[in-house]
Amino acid sequence: MEANDKTVLICRGTGCESAKSPAIQTELMSGLQGSDVEVKFTGCHGMCQQGPIVIVEPQGTFYANVKLKDVEPIVGSLKNGGGPVEKLFYKDPATKEGLSTYHDIPFYSRQKRLVLQNCGRIDPEDIDDYLAEGGYEGLKKAIFDMTPDAVVQAVLDSGLRGRGGGGFPTGRKWKFTQDAPSDTKYVLCNADEGDPGAFMDRSVLEGDPHAVLEGMAIAGFAIGAQKGYIYCRAEYPLAIKRLQIAIEQARERGYLGKGIMDGDFDFDIDIFHGAGAFVCGEETALITSIEGNRGMPRSRPPYPAVKGLYDKPTLLNNVKTYANVRLIINNGADWFASIGTEKSKGTAVFALTGKIANSGLVEVPMGITLREIIFDIGGGMLDPNKNFKAVQTGGPSGGCLPESFLDTPVDYDSLIEAGSMMGSGGMVVMDEDTCMVDVARYFLDFTEKESCGKCVPCRLGTKQMLDILEDIVEGRGKPGDIELLEDLAVGIKAGSLCGLGQTAPNPVLTTLRYFRDEYEAHINHHACPAKQCKELITYHILDTCVGCGLCRRNCSTNAIIGEQKELHYIDQSLCHKCGVCFEVCPPKVFSVEIRTGEVKLVES
Amino acid sequence: MTNQINFTIDGQEIVAQEGQNILDAALANDIYIPHLCHHPDLKPVGACRLCGVEIDGGHMTMSCLEPVREGIDVRTDSPVIYQARKIAIELLIADHHMDCLACAAAHDCDLLTVSAYMGVQPERLERLRKTERDLPIDTSNPFFQFDPNKCVICGICVRTCDEIVGLGALGFIDRGVSTVVGTFGNKPFVESVCESCGECVVRCPVGALAPKKPEFAAREVQTTCVYCGVGCGIYLGISGDEVVSVRADRERPTNEGSLCVKGRYGFNFINHPDRLTKPLIKKNGEFEEAEWDEALELIASKFAESKGEKFAALASAKCTLEENYLIQKFTRAVMGTNSVDHCARL
Ligand SMILES: Cc1cc2nc3c(=O)[nH]c(=O)nc-3n(C[C@H](O)[C@H](O)[C@H](O)COP(=O)(O)O)c2cc1C
Ligand code: SF4
Ligand code: SF4
Repeated sequence: MEANDKTVLICRGTGCESAKSPAIQTELMSGLQGSDVEVKFTGCHGMCQQGPIVIVEPQGTFYANVKLKDVEPIVGSLKNGGGPVEKLFYKDPATKEGLSTYHDIPFYSRQKRLVLQNCGRIDPEDIDDYLAEGGYEGLKKAIFDMTPDAVVQAVLDSGLRGRGGGGFPTGRKWKFTQDAPSDTKYVLCNADEGDPGAFMDRSVLEGDPHAVLEGMAIAGFAIGAQKGYIYCRAEYPLAIKRLQIAIEQARERGYLGKGIMDGDFDFDIDIFHGAGAFVCGEETALITSIEGNRGMPRSRPPYPAVKGLYDKPTLLNNVKTYANVRLIINNGADWFASIGTEKSKGTAVFALTGKIANSGLVEVPMGITLREIIFDIGGGMLDPNKNFKAVQTGGPSGGCLPESFLDTPVDYDSLIEAGSMMGSGGMVVMDEDTCMVDVARYFLDFTEKESCGKCVPCRLGTKQMLDILEDIVEGRGKPGDIELLEDLAVGIKAGSLCGLGQTAPNPVLTTLRYFRDEYEAHINHHACPAKQCKELITYHILDTCVGCGLCRRNCSTNAIIGEQKELHYIDQSLCHKCGVCFEVCPPKVFSVEIRTGEVKLVES
Repeated sequence: MTNQINFTIDGQEIVAQEGQNILDAALANDIYIPHLCHHPDLKPVGACRLCGVEIDGGHMTMSCLEPVREGIDVRTDSPVIYQARKIAIELLIADHHMDCLACAAAHDCDLLTVSAYMGVQPERLERLRKTERDLPIDTSNPFFQFDPNKCVICGICVRTCDEIVGLGALGFIDRGVSTVVGTFGNKPFVESVCESCGECVVRCPVGALAPKKPEFAAREVQTTCVYCGVGCGIYLGISGDEVVSVRADRERPTNEGSLCVKGRYGFNFINHPDRLTKPLIKKNGEFEEAEWDEALELIASKFAESKGEKFAALASAKCTLEENYLIQKFTRAVMGTNSVDHCARL
């Protein structure tokens, strides 16, 4: 590519695809036909909320929320050599100023993109794009310049820890599997990604599938395996399609299959479609599922490193763990170990969601604070008038941390100490309008439904906790329920067979630890401090009402009564608490009030 | 010969066999550790989470899954174990359809055994939300019924059908608290591949899988099943002068506690009014009761007239091996023919 040759990159990650990016690509291609501008599609850029995203390299011009009708001005500016299309620039949420390139956008400039370095930059369906970025150099170096022992040692020295949530030192796992005597061994990639709201692994698979294949092949060489499987949930059709294409291209070019790169190392990979059960992300359940049985965990030991798939020594790592491997081999263990904190090396990838201005996929060095992620990269609260309340990490196994923990460094051990955990990378930001009891209920509702049902504490305990939480948010909480929740949590954590049950009470325990007063308000005063729990709130019209009738006309149950230009009131017996009146009452009037705790009915 | 392993449980010296698990070793030495999903005939799975122990002061682990090891110090109780067990059993009871008085398993229910051992307190149970479950009882099988409301999802039936019977008629359906045991497609038992052998029924630790006609025997008689040449050991349960039940003999090497549908449930012929208890001889076109001597003499005289190729013998699978041997010997040596066959010839 000549220095001043332009390339247009259009994102075709799942988010942008569903917002018509393939059609935009077609239009761009026909518009630019005959010009020297190349049009390529890429995987996810991370800023999914702003999609579809179009980038013009080499300048890095960043167009957000591109619609079909915007193609014409973009093509025009490229063909005529005019200036960029300013109205499509991303607007800084604070200053409202348009930022012309992604280098200027704090969302990108504050990140450190290692695992995601190719996502959004290369065409994931073209192996040549990957090779141009140094693809398969790591595998080549491992096979031809290193011994399996040296590869394992490099991973050990790098300090890489598993990105699937638990943070187990990857090098040690490789060593155990390498040391397990057997002619047949397996390398498995965990691409089940079942946490609600998480899409880190999917983005890597869709945006840079070869990086995962390369990591797995290096692992196969290190531990002495010839066969790998990627366990990917069937709900990720695009990831599966791109993996399939990548595997076929890698086989054709001799990076997978017999005699890789004409050496004597054989390694091949197949994809296994998971049916989308969260528990199948647990390693023993995943293995049981590949074996063709119902995906239920089994007790460990024996660990998969000793007795895994088909009872053979098996190495199981997360998608991002494998994606890190080639970087370690290419750049050296010391380079990797220089990033991050003492015990957590490298970067962490988070799916930032919730009440945050810039939701999307971010990659940051370990040790960065929660505040930097949420306020600098994430741009702060979605509604700048609302206060930050809590951040949830670790998905259903994790916890909610309040404002006082915003300066906690993001690494495996600090988060665990605070009562949460790194997890596989979900990060949900909550504002003052979030009821923490309801958040706990949400997660328990998830784990209760996803429990495999095998063991008593998890099967019945999560249901019991959920029943109690539902009672509390619906106003049926009883004195003693908080203690009962704590009692159950201890028993469920200690007694459950697998990580799902062992961590399921965490969302309840952390919210109890940091927001106990909210539980008490619900139970003892029938009050939801965040004014979210429908059964505990009532809507009222204040006497500042000007009688415009907006609320009355919008109320679907005709619960609002009043003559035009006269004071209105709400018939509580008809009110369904949808909150429309609160929304529509003009901000200047602001006469609808939500009350909780003391139920005062407005007299008619 | 396996090696002997010496260790202690709660300070008591135990001698166990290498390869045995701690739970089995404890039970063999009359030390009770609560458990629901364990059965000595099956591979352990550690699902009920009741049998936790601490080994040499370490974390709680499930004794059904831990092999005995030389010199270890096993504790069957500690504050952590107690708490985990207590929550588990309380949750089980809050989830269980406790109609013990009408339950076939009440005299032999592992759930009640565990509750009695743990000393469940009503005021603690009252704090819990009861599961509201009213699933239909499957009465389609002629011999037993399945009440999913009483099932504790121990999986013993599933593993029995898999590991012992080799049929795999049962599995788990659904997830979480909705998990139930069922046949393929959750069809009634009769519409499945189930062969009604009842192996699962006898192992179910509660009253979920139970015989349709539970009869309590006053005494038992050890004998051999009369159905086929395998010769399974059984105990006939007797009440008054009637056979009311059959129980497999776990000590008999031929069947080691297993039976088939006929051996287990097909015993009502014993007291059936149509059963022949005396020989019948056809006289003037009608069958008439006769004495044994008369009948045997008649047979002997007919045999004497029918030697050689006119004669053929068909033996029965209900006879023992020795009896069948005698029949072929008699046919060949006395009757002078090789025409001898057997109903179970393959
Ligand atoms: C209920 C449950 C769900 C899990 N889901 C995932 C998952 O979706 N992806 C993943 O990589 N690990 C998941 N894990 C963790 C895996 O069991 C395993 O530790 C991990 O894949 C190992 O890879 P790593 O060492 O690279 O992190 C889950 C664990 C549990 C208990
Ligand atoms: S903890 Fe939950 S998910 Fe894990 S084995 Fe037990 S029931 Fe299944
Ligand atoms: S039916 Fe009986 S044996 Fe089968 S899982 Fe339920 S309780 Fe266990």
